[in-house]
Amino acid sequence: MTAGEQLTEPRSAYRVVGTSPAHHDFVDKVKGSLHYAADWQLPGMLHGRIVRSPLPSARITGIDVTAARALPGVAAVLTAADVPSNQIVELASGGLAELQVTMPVLAADRVRYMGEPVAVVAAATPQLAHEAAELVAVDYTELPGVFDVTSARAEGAPRVHDVGNTLVSWQIHCGDVAGALAAADVVVEGEYHSQHVEHAYLEPEAGVGWLENGVLTLRVSTQVIEHAAMIAHILGLPQSKVRVIAAYMGGGFGGKEDMTVEPYLALLVWHTRRPVRMIWDRQESLVASTKRHPFVMRYRTGADRDGTITAQQVEILGDAGAYPNLSPRVLFAAAACACGPYRVPNVSITSTAVFTNNVPASAFRGFGAMQVVLGYESQLDELAIRLGLSRTELRERNFLVKGDLLPTGERLDTCVEVAQTMHRALALLGEPPRPSGPGKLTGRGIGCNRHPYGRTIWFRDRASAWLSLQADGTLLIRSGVTDLGAGQAASLCQIAAEVLGAPLDDISIYIGDSALNPPAGGTFATRQLYMSGNAVLHAARELRDRMAPVAADLLGASPDDLEFADGRVRAETGEVSITLAELAAACDKRAISTAHLSTWRAEAGSFDPRTGQGDTFPDYTYGTHAADVEVDVETGQVTVLRYAACHDVGRAINPMRVQGQIQGGAMQGLGYALTEDMAIEDGYVQAALFANYLIPNTQDFPDVLVDIVESGEGKGPLGARGIGEPPIGNVAATIASAIQDAIGVRPDRLPMTPERVLALLDERAEAAREEDPT
Amino acid sequence: MSKRQVVLGVNGRDHEVWITPSDTLLDVLHDELGLADVRYGCGEGVCGTCTVLLDGEPVNGCLTLAVQAAGHQVTTLRGLMGLGEAMHPLQECFLRRGASQCGFCTPGMILTALDLVHRTGRPTREEIRYALVGNLCRCTGYTKILDAVEEYADQAAGS
Repeated sequence: MTAGEQLTEPRSAYRVVGTSPAHHDFVDKVKGSLHYAADWQLPGMLHGRIVRSPLPSARITGIDVTAARALPGVAAVLTAADVPSNQIVELASGGLAELQVTMPVLAADRVRYMGEPVAVVAAATPQLAHEAAELVAVDYTELPGVFDVTSARAEGAPRVHDVGNTLVSWQIHCGDVAGALAAADVVVEGEYHSQHVEHAYLEPEAGVGWLENGVLTLRVSTQVIEHAAMIAHILGLPQSKVRVIAAYMGGGFGGKEDMTVEPYLALLVWHTRRPVRMIWDRQESLVASTKRHPFVMRYRTGADRDGTITAQQVEILGDAGAYPNLSPRVLFAAAACACGPYRVPNVSITSTAVFTNNVPASAFRGFGAMQVVLGYESQLDELAIRLGLSRTELRERNFLVKGDLLPTGERLDTCVEVAQTMHRALALLGEPPRPSGPGKLTGRGIGCNRHPYGRTIWFRDRASAWLSLQADGTLLIRSGVTDLGAGQAASLCQIAAEVLGAPLDDISIYIGDSALNPPAGGTFATRQLYMSGNAVLHAARELRDRMAPVAADLLGASPDDLEFADGRVRAETGEVSITLAELAAACDKRAISTAHLSTWRAEAGSFDPRTGQGDTFPDYTYGTHAADVEVDVETGQVTVLRYAACHDVGRAINPMRVQGQIQGGAMQGLGYALTEDMAIEDGYVQAALFANYLIPNTQDFPDVLVDIVESGEGKGPLGARGIGEPPIGNVAATIASAIQDAIGVRPDRLPMTPERVLALLDERAEAAREEDPT
Repeated sequence: MSKRQVVLGVNGRDHEVWITPSDTLLDVLHDELGLADVRYGCGEGVCGTCTVLLDGEPVNGCLTLAVQAAGHQVTTLRGLMGLGEAMHPLQECFLRRGASQCGFCTPGMILTALDLVHRTGRPTREEIRYALVGNLCRCTGYTKILDAVEEYADQAAGS
């Protein structure tokens, strides 16, 4: 099966899809009986700890491990010299346009960010591992560094890597931007800044590794079991000798898409031949884990007097930190989505990832496509003000529709229900609130977005799934999918149940094992419902089609005239039915296999980085958020009074989980908009404690009201669209829009703290004095 | 550091454990007694994932020394369940309302909420927000957690 053969069925036909049953993993979660990566112990298990650089840029002039090795209870102290192949090569865009820069597993002679691993130890207890790590004596000579994108690009700037500080620069151009801007009736412009952000999953990075039958086995909290190949490369092992098992994660949000504990656990297990556990301290995770890219976004937008957008010029700079990680792809997504859900005929976009001596930035829910929402939505609101149009009216004049061309020359081949999401989100808010007292201003904001789901198209993505109807009529699913907690595995069970009629309680799903499960690709890019959902859907349909003639024969009916439901197969015209167990037995007797492996392939395409034309993403999820805020003009405090979100998810496989994704994404977005700032000063992470990093708590923000549009036109199973990442994208723009509505000045820097809002109020007062000096 | 033996009452049973004075209650429950429902999240008392009830009151396992708990009764989430793994009604509400995503914060969240409802009867939604402020969740956005606790509070007040 390929992406071209999209099949949808009328909604009324569904029994399981569209309902919200609680799957077994959620039962285990509320019982407290789920075993996460850290909840694993083996006899003789050692405890690993990483020795990290305290400096952001330095030369290593010596490492002395003698004292650490001599400490009783220490089993291994390893440095770069002990790593068989000390390089991680990440070509995130497949080498299409980025520099090739390797990252060492353990730094040998140079450290490029604070927290970079230099050595790794294993000892009998966590306390001993901690003490041993303290005893590793590393001599450093400090080197000059660069800590923001502007100085990193200045002439003569210190080089983070010898090849230069510009990792990649994407270009997308169409039409004649200069001409269109010159001819536009109005032109607005703005520069928008976003910050470093921490994923702050509640479960820190963790895992346990051991040797079993000569196979290095790691059970870790990861989004990507396919890292097994990289781990094999680092250790110089055949890929068949490394197995990665993904535990159900305590959250990931992209932060467990790159390797975290894996190579260090692997080295320690390989050297000690003993089981090893490694759990990163929260404080270690804050300093050294990957972050969201801070962006500088410069926008210029031209429009006709009637509000039709004619041109947009966008320059994006992203701080990649010290190593490439997934930055090339993040900045690509930013470029591909920089114009949002709007039709813009003349476009010029550059999107550049820049090396600095900050902690590496990489995948984080939204992945570049979320930062730019603040850019394009700010431009839309500014245009509306300049043209005297309402914000909704201006948007409706410019929304993309099915059949439109994107700036990359791609034609949109699914419906765009963004207008509907806008009206529904606003309807959820109801009447605008009045200020609660003197010195308070209220405002309403909206933010629309277009967010991709699925990998960039030139990766020719694929996912496999294996289904087996057991002799007793129960069903097994095997899939390499990893589960972040969003119900990735549960959704696959619902899809299989829908097609094969096995009751959900009779289905067991085995996931996240690189040795035993057919590969599904990682859980990222909002791709698993799209990819593995389609794989399971097609595997189930193919298995049903293979068994249907047997059932038809037993029932005296036509194979096309069968209903698989409630653990039975019925002829739609008759009263008779057989159980799935009877069907399995009949198939067995006729030597017809009741197990089936299916591989689903996404549509393929190519992108030309020189022309900036070609295929980017398979499809998009559209949505709108709306909010009412109150601003305290004395303190600058912004209180979110009401918050509403609406997205077109195509088809809600499990509506409660869809709501949960939207509510959770919106809440993370509120933190990004208003409170969260992983401040890094001259390469030094400032929030060394979790208490200093302010993720939303129960009291910070109101409930997130949700409405769901089901257009049925997604490219996922049964017309579904992905919803994992999209709902974080709209929030900052929505809050900025509401603040602008309240105080008349547009925030352009995140997070929108009371100090910054006060500065905007001062700016407004200043402007008022200049206009009216009396 | 020298170890000494203490008796910890955990989920209705006494356990004799050897501990050092610096061992946290979290470490002893998770690593010594194998209670996977008590989890390390931050070690600072900020996130609430290691919440347990100490003589019925919620405490952070990471900020409580095991010696402080000696001779006292500790209840973890698993301790709420009845025979045959029958779920507590509050757990049922969490399940029905979809109040758990990754599930990592769930035990602490349920224990803190249970204490609140038992102390106050039918707390308002704002009171629930106030009580749960020290239990962080990064997945759900809290709305469904608050719904679940309210549903349980309604049930508890009605019975």
